Amino acid sequence: MGRFQKPAEGTWTEHYPELGTGPISFADSISPEFYQLEREAIFKRAWLYAGRMEQLPRNGTYFTKILPGLRTSIVVTRDLDGRVRAFHNVCRHRGNKLLWEGTPKGESCGKARQFVCKYHGWRYGLDGACTYVHQANEFFDLQQDALGLAPIHFDTWAGFIFVNLAEQPPQSLRDYLGPMVGALDGYPFDRMTERYSFRAENDSNWKVFIDAFQEYYHVPPLHTHQLGPTPEAQNPEYEFEAAHYQIDGPHRMVSTSGTYKQAWPAEHLYPAEALTRSGNTGPWDAPDFGADLPGVNPSGISRWGIDNFQVFPNLEILIYERNWFVTYRYWPTSHNTHVFEGDLHFVPATKASERLAREYAALTFKEYGLQDAGTLDGTQMGLEQQAFDEFPLNDQEVLVRHFHKTVGDWVEAYARQQGGESKR
Amino acid sequence: MTEALLPDEFADLEPWAPTWCLATEPERWELRLQSSMEDLQAFYDAVFPRAEAAIAWCDRYPLDDMPRDAERLLQLLHSLLMVSYAVEVWKQPEVINGGSARIDRIGEPRP
Repeated sequence: MGRFQKPAEGTWTEHYPELGTGPISFADSISPEFYQLEREAIFKRAWLYAGRMEQLPRNGTYFTKILPGLRTSIVVTRDLDGRVRAFHNVCRHRGNKLLWEGTPKGESCGKARQFVCKYHGWRYGLDGACTYVHQANEFFDLQQDALGLAPIHFDTWAGFIFVNLAEQPPQSLRDYLGPMVGALDGYPFDRMTERYSFRAENDSNWKVFIDAFQEYYHVPPLHTHQLGPTPEAQNPEYEFEAAHYQIDGPHRMVSTSGTYKQAWPAEHLYPAEALTRSGNTGPWDAPDFGADLPGVNPSGISRWGIDNFQVFPNLEILIYERNWFVTYRYWPTSHNTHVFEGDLHFVPATKASERLAREYAALTFKEYGLQDAGTLDGTQMGLEQQAFDEFPLNDQEVLVRHFHKTVGDWVEAYARQQGGESKR
Repeated sequence: MTEALLPDEFADLEPWAPTWCLATEPERWELRLQSSMEDLQAFYDAVFPRAEAAIAWCDRYPLDDMPRDAERLLQLLHSLLMVSYAVEVWKQPEVINGGSARIDRIGEPRP
């Protein structure tokens, strides 16, 4: 008997009948041809999270962002008049990458009055206009005012900056995000300006890692140590159940109930948890955001812990009851490799004890995240072995089911539109 | 006698300071993985009992204006937390079942 009320149909999966309940194929995760289709059908058409508005704190600031696997680097600027813009990070003259630090694979950010190409010294304003051509009189019929940086489609929502690589995005960002994700508008994301950033190159298809972070069925067996040092806590057969699942278009979310470790007796805590008053669910002493937080805990569960919003295709926003949030991004770089980016966002610490509480939460993310990432190459190897054609998914894995169906639907729609046959 | 790295009140932790006062997570992570459990346990046993007092000491200063010795003490506390996972949770320097995975911290606030 479950601990949480399921929908009238009896299960979360059957509440969304288009998903079916049968075993599913992961052929979409082992095919080089399917990877190429995904790039065109999904990553060159969907809205992609590129950064936060807090990365542009003043007029005349900018940041670059490489979109791994998409052969694209963008520069997002807040120009001297305060307008936010996004461009391809490429010089109009001979195509040299315009802004980088260290090597052309490095990102750049900061304050600037203009951008100067390192190659031939062409200059651009933060509004993208070309302001200087070295030895302009040597060129032929050069029209400098037509030589600006190439703009890229972008839009912002709740302080999140998204870009779209389509020639013409089929939907506005707000229409794309839909009512479930859109309801988070007004959540105080902008107060959490202190970031801990992580990056990993993993030997698996991008979807394999997303799958690991959109179900909690794996938590008791894989993260046996997470609940605490005692034998009662470390029970790999503990039956984890999420409180609420919800699907809206290509996006999906799951809410879990909280562990509220701040109320636990000391013998059930790791000493460093008690010392820092922090851990898996963040610093226990949370900033006060008031009671009415838009969009979070949409089903109103009483001991709410985490909301996990999976924004299609590759953004995950985790919102914690202790008032901090995390973003994950997964960028496919081949059919069996991807780049993972994780950012933990906190209200800035003002003293050492607060800094250490955030540090311990950031450590905890990495320690257990390594267990998740540690499964990836093994899963990829297992899938590529093709010992099985289909795999059973349970009701706690309903979001995995929805995700692969959505990916397949987008690829099929694209293939239909191209008039060709999908090679799925 | 070389100059002390830590505040006088924490002179007992001075032997650990040259090794473990590290400013960034990548440095602390690499040192943990290169250390033996004996070394990690000895560091943990020496520093953990003093941690509460050390945190209170550091809390007397704003984070953006700490004296150098207090900043080093805060670095030592960061290392204690790094080591605590090996000592308290995994009982080994590496994460259990981490396989071949690697996750790099590429940005963090200072100090």
